[in-house]
Amino acid sequence: MDRVSITPAASEIVRQLKETHGALMFHMSGGCCDGSAPMCFAEGEFMLGSCDVQMGEIDDCPFYIAADTFTYYKNSRIVIDVTQGRGASFSLEIPLGVRFLMRSELFET
Amino acid sequence: MKYPKPSFKARYENFINGQWTPPVDGQYFGNSSPVDGANFCEIPRSNKKDIDLAVKAAWEAAETWTKSSAAERSRILNKIADTIEANLPMLAAVETWDNGKAIRETLNADLPLAVDHFRYFASVIRAESGDYADINADTVSMEVHEPLGVVAQIIPWNFPILMATWKLAPALAAGNCVVLKPAEQTPASILVVMELIGDLLPAGVLNVVNGFGAEAGKPLATHPDVRKVAFTGETTTGRLIMQYASENIIPVTLELGGKSPNIFHKSIMAEDDAFLDKAVEGFVLFALNQGEVCTCPSRALIHEDIYEAFMQRCIQRVQAIKMGDPLEDSTMMGAQASNDQYEKILSYMDIGKKEGAQLLTGGAAFENEVYPKGHYIQPTVFKGTNDMRIFQEEIFGPVVSVTTFKDDDEALEIANDTLYGLGAGVWTRDVHQMQFFARGIHAGRVWCNCYHDYPAHASFGGYKKSGFGRENHKMMLNHYRHTKNVLTSYSKNALGFF
Repeated sequence: MDRVSITPAASEIVRQLKETHGALMFHMSGGCCDGSAPMCFAEGEFMLGSCDVQMGEIDDCPFYIAADTFTYYKNSRIVIDVTQGRGASFSLEIPLGVRFLMRSELFET
Repeated sequence: MKYPKPSFKARYENFINGQWTPPVDGQYFGNSSPVDGANFCEIPRSNKKDIDLAVKAAWEAAETWTKSSAAERSRILNKIADTIEANLPMLAAVETWDNGKAIRETLNADLPLAVDHFRYFASVIRAESGDYADINADTVSMEVHEPLGVVAQIIPWNFPILMATWKLAPALAAGNCVVLKPAEQTPASILVVMELIGDLLPAGVLNVVNGFGAEAGKPLATHPDVRKVAFTGETTTGRLIMQYASENIIPVTLELGGKSPNIFHKSIMAEDDAFLDKAVEGFVLFALNQGEVCTCPSRALIHEDIYEAFMQRCIQRVQAIKMGDPLEDSTMMGAQASNDQYEKILSYMDIGKKEGAQLLTGGAAFENEVYPKGHYIQPTVFKGTNDMRIFQEEIFGPVVSVTTFKDDDEALEIANDTLYGLGAGVWTRDVHQMQFFARGIHAGRVWCNCYHDYPAHASFGGYKKSGFGRENHKMMLNHYRHTKNVLTSYSKNALGFF
């Protein structure tokens, strides 16, 4: 099973965002106010570095995470969901009044 | 005592060039209160056009403001402080309604700290000066401060007025003009402050443009005429801000959160006295501001010999936290700032349970009878190990993860085993041990026998992935100005090379 998957509700938001912004990418954020949450950008908007790893792909969008954060996810499968709410940050879904959210399942390695 | 629900305008505008200015494209979004979940005002949904207007107005104002005297800037900052102070209870209620936090905190922390912060920067610019050196008998070097010009500030939602103040006061004191974007979750309180202080400053010196990160934040952070970006938020957006700044080769300061350790040594239980009581409260401070603090002491490290006895007192004190109406001044903990924040915190509680952490108290939402549609969560204590995700990821809610240690070396190793380095707490009766930890912890702020104290004049900022820059202290002035070296020769003689 993939490490990253997406709920139908979140998938519908991704579909809407692709119509406006074209191809998309995700990066898992850490820290502070709007952190510990997936950020959605137009593909290429966020500059990836050698410190990032691709954790999976959802709806043809690559899902990245910082490698040091990923070490804590080695036993996690995450599901990208969406919830009502006025999140802050530069993530593209925020103007729609919704926010992507990570839910987690754990497995034994 | 219950404070009345504050009144707001049905719609706010941007504050540009000293005027309330509707967004160019005429779009607005609904702003809801986390207290009751209902919309209470409309806020401009601005874009690049509004940012361009604000940056232009700021540069026009910069012509004179950057040359204004320290005495003039100091006088205005003091007037801003006086005005906020004169309206403190009203602004406290406004902040509580916009953000959700309990009014006992806005009355006694957020607003008084903001007032003092303006006064601190009003004062230091009257007392500091540049530097001067005699290089040799004929050569004099002067280090002269010059403001950057127009700076951008992107404000978080956890202390909307106070965090805006932490950024505004040093920027204005240093002689800059500002374009400020409040967080889209909590835009209203800053706008109410602007209604009070807007005309104290020359038009265009301080501009507030509202909107979403992708639509207003990006054009602000990438604007070629902005000379610096200050940001408080999370790591991915922090990297994005740095990436944008690299396009224009401008400096940034970033404050990006933490997973701060709060270390309780064996000696705290040597006596049953006021200090032990203070240490117990120090543990419970994870619930301050509903845990929505970058320095939330979200990892508690407790010496194994005192764990049972100390935790018994701590859990009792956690369970005594009174929740309810945030406008009632006996309420200790209010609402989480937004629904998505609320959902995220609950998702981390789920992770903690699945990871096998032991739930000691809380662990669920709080049903608030006064406001059933608000976003309330019980203060929660987990016990586990430092490799668990609830010990490593910032939850930004009223959740503390507790673990034990056997000696100083192990405690320090656990304390530093984190991606972040913003805050830390050390509780001990042994001064030697205190020094070992104060200097051994990799964090920008180590509280010794205290926690969550944020006085102006004590620098604040991160190590590691918590960012860089030091707010809350006069050294922040240098994050908002150039240093120009004026090197003068008083010799009449040529060098002799040519």
